Amino acid sequence: MSKPVEHDYIGLSELTSVEKCSDRNNSKKDGLHLKATELRLGLPGSESPEREDHDPGVLSLKGFVSGAKRGFSDALDRGGKWVFSRGGAGGSEGLFSPRSSGNGGKGLAGSDAGLGSPVVKDGGLQKQAVVLQEKKPQVAAGGGHRNEISPASKAQVVGWPPIRSFRKNSMASHPPKNDDDNDAETKMGSGCLYVKVSMDGAPYLRKVDLKTYGSYTELSSALEKMFSCFTIGQYGSHGVPSRDGLSESRLMDLLHGSEYVLTYEDKDGDWMLVGDVPWEMFTNSCKRLRIMKSSDAIGLAPRAMEKCKNRN
Amino acid sequence: MDSEWKRFRDSPNSEELTRRSSFPDEVLERVLSLLNSHKDRSSVSLVCKDWYNAERWSRTHVFIGNCYSVSPEIVARRFPNIRSVTLKGKPRFSDFNLVPENWGADIHAWLVVFVVKYPFLEELRLKRMVISDESLEFLSVSFPNFKSLSLLSCDGFSTNGLAAIATHCKNLTELDIQENGIDDRGGSWLSCFPESFTSLEVLNFANLASDVNFDVLERLVSRCKSLRVLKVNQSISLEQLQRLLAHAPQLTELGTGSFSQQLTSHQDEELKTAFSNCKNIHTLSGLWDVKAIYLPTLYPACANLTFLNLSYAALQGGELAKLLVHCPQLRRLWVLDTVEDKGLEAVGLNCPLLEELRVFPIDPYGEEIAHEVTEAGFIAVSNGCRRLHYVLYFCRQMTNAAVETVVRNCPNFTHFRLCIMIPGRPDYTTNEPMDEAFGAVVKTCTKLQRLSVSGLLTDLTFEYIGKYAKNLETLSVAFAGSSDWGMQCVLEGCPKLRKLEIRDCPFGNKALLSGLEKYESMRSLWMSACNLTLNGCRALAREMPRLNVEVMKEDGSDESHADKVYVYRTVAGPRRDAPPSVLTL
Repeated sequence: MSKPVEHDYIGLSELTSVEKCSDRNNSKKDGLHLKATELRLGLPGSESPEREDHDPGVLSLKGFVSGAKRGFSDALDRGGKWVFSRGGAGGSEGLFSPRSSGNGGKGLAGSDAGLGSPVVKDGGLQKQAVVLQEKKPQVAAGGGHRNEISPASKAQVVGWPPIRSFRKNSMASHPPKNDDDNDAETKMGSGCLYVKVSMDGAPYLRKVDLKTYGSYTELSSALEKMFSCFTIGQYGSHGVPSRDGLSESRLMDLLHGSEYVLTYEDKDGDWMLVGDVPWEMFTNSCKRLRIMKSSDAIGLAPRAMEKCKNRN
Repeated sequence: MDSEWKRFRDSPNSEELTRRSSFPDEVLERVLSLLNSHKDRSSVSLVCKDWYNAERWSRTHVFIGNCYSVSPEIVARRFPNIRSVTLKGKPRFSDFNLVPENWGADIHAWLVVFVVKYPFLEELRLKRMVISDESLEFLSVSFPNFKSLSLLSCDGFSTNGLAAIATHCKNLTELDIQENGIDDRGGSWLSCFPESFTSLEVLNFANLASDVNFDVLERLVSRCKSLRVLKVNQSISLEQLQRLLAHAPQLTELGTGSFSQQLTSHQDEELKTAFSNCKNIHTLSGLWDVKAIYLPTLYPACANLTFLNLSYAALQGGELAKLLVHCPQLRRLWVLDTVEDKGLEAVGLNCPLLEELRVFPIDPYGEEIAHEVTEAGFIAVSNGCRRLHYVLYFCRQMTNAAVETVVRNCPNFTHFRLCIMIPGRPDYTTNEPMDEAFGAVVKTCTKLQRLSVSGLLTDLTFEYIGKYAKNLETLSVAFAGSSDWGMQCVLEGCPKLRKLEIRDCPFGNKALLSGLEKYESMRSLWMSACNLTLNGCRALAREMPRLNVEVMKEDGSDESHADKVYVYRTVAGPRRDAPPSVLTL
């Protein structure tokens, strides 16, 4: 691809089709901040169905951009269940019948570039996330819900991988609890889910109950209200017009002006961009929130500046 | 030892000597009674008739690797003085649900013979056998000297059977219940040990789920002064663990319960003290639901730790790293892949004496691949742990180059079990088969005894195995190979092969029949989802009457197709307890 793939403020390229990119440009010109919101609190997939088809060329490029050595075939295979689903719902063991097993691996790896797979796409998305935080690329489990392969993908080969039933059942019925020695109370179903929210530069933290919100939009508004008092006298230094006094819209401008990024710490202790995964999954794994200065996020500021300039 | 006897046997005077019995039988038996290895004993028994007899009278422990290779009557006839029996039953792939439920391997027929021939039986160790509650009760009341019961991967029983053992075995020293298909009906079995009972040395109920009565357990532990192995289950909390440790600082092997209770700082201190009083612990396991912040309490007990089993403890890389710093003597480590490559780097850095590493997947079906280890972790371990000779590694990606590096670093592998969990997965960087990886393994690791292969493999892998793996005894193959030729290479090339298990490979009758001569020198062959037909199996059975050829049919499969085939040598003839779905040809 000769034209550089457009990146949003966080360094994640707009995926897949050129059409998608131009959509974004249009919406920015309209000033529809929500759609093109730098904060990206909306669920990316839900707003942009065209993400589902992807161009293998782009995927490879992403692999290149993120520095991962993995090729397309790897991205395909990473899903694991995608491999199994090739056999169709009618008995995955058929896929691995002796007649095809010799070629099975190769065939899967090489020849199916055209088969769009959300699982693959997610893999790509997460690889970009490597730019922001050094986390191993992971297949977003949310891929499961967006995965149109689902019933067949769950078909498993009998007795594979070779793990004793006892061990499988143990891990299944006692999913290991993750280290929760921070202050997040993560008991499910207890009715509230308070997490700390910090904002860079603010003198104190706040706590929010994630259960009281149903979506990223609600959370985002609530946070904006909460933290607007901390933005007195601060400019977006990237050309956002200054306003008199404090106001929610000022904070919104700041947030959308990409001076700040909303991130969260998940169960594994990694800092993630808010908005990538389905809301439910987010609330299940979020331990604390941090409204981070864009300049703290790697590779962020310059692109954000570009974005703002483009907008204005 | 072997060569000395051979020299003795072959020397011109040996026959004379034995005839003149310069070793009276009693002396010979006394000497031979010091032999423990059953392989040595087999060699001894082949020297001459006198030695055969002296050996059989002096043998007290018999190991039977396939319960159908011999009958209890034959065993009893040959060995009159047995006190300890180890029996293995079902083919190994039964662990992965590939063997029909009612296939066989029931212990009862053996017990019935033992009660007559070995009334003073003391020890029974079973693996992949079926044992019912009735059998357990029978065992507990029929053998007054019974001391030691160990069950691994067995099924057919419930906690009621354990209750019978606890109630009746007055001299019990060992109750070792490992990963079994047990019907857990509650923890009341533990309360069946009488208050007067004090002989227990080994108690392992780690893999039973139900709560036990803690007071009963605590009293049991405190009165069994010889207790050296204690592995409790998840129902035991940290606070309770501390109390148990206070009663039993002499423990050498400890399996903790749940490691995640909220402790006050005082309790934390007490636990740390309890651990520091346990100066003899060399094996540690359990750590269910581990919360890393409590790991420091056990650091004081880790100085002499040689085996750390974290395969049920979902630790992250950094948490493992901190723990390993305190375990300088570690020889064996089992972990979950939650530790990721980062954790394995820490292993490489902190465990220079490591000999065995097993990495299990926390999420084998890949529903939510949040954690995994890759080839990088494998290399990292091999860089730091040059004494590594046993590895079991579950991963989703591997490269030929990485495996080559690993075996270059660690050429002494005796057990190399690599499981690339995605069937038929090639080297993900080159897209080539993994043939060269396993080629490197067999070329470099001349002492290799056990090999499990995976990934995309052609016949070339098996050519390499047949050509180089001269000490190979056990080979496991899945979703691999291109043609009959692959299997033929192995059968022709590996002189010491004893167990061959194959699933989902393109090997057919030609390959099967090429091993005609070989199977009698092997313990067993398993082939499932390959290209075998009933006719091929019949041909094998016809040619080799001393083999049992069993075919298990799947519902709805092609009539002539032999879905699952199990071939094993036997002196007991075809078995009579096979269910209808198993045809013995």
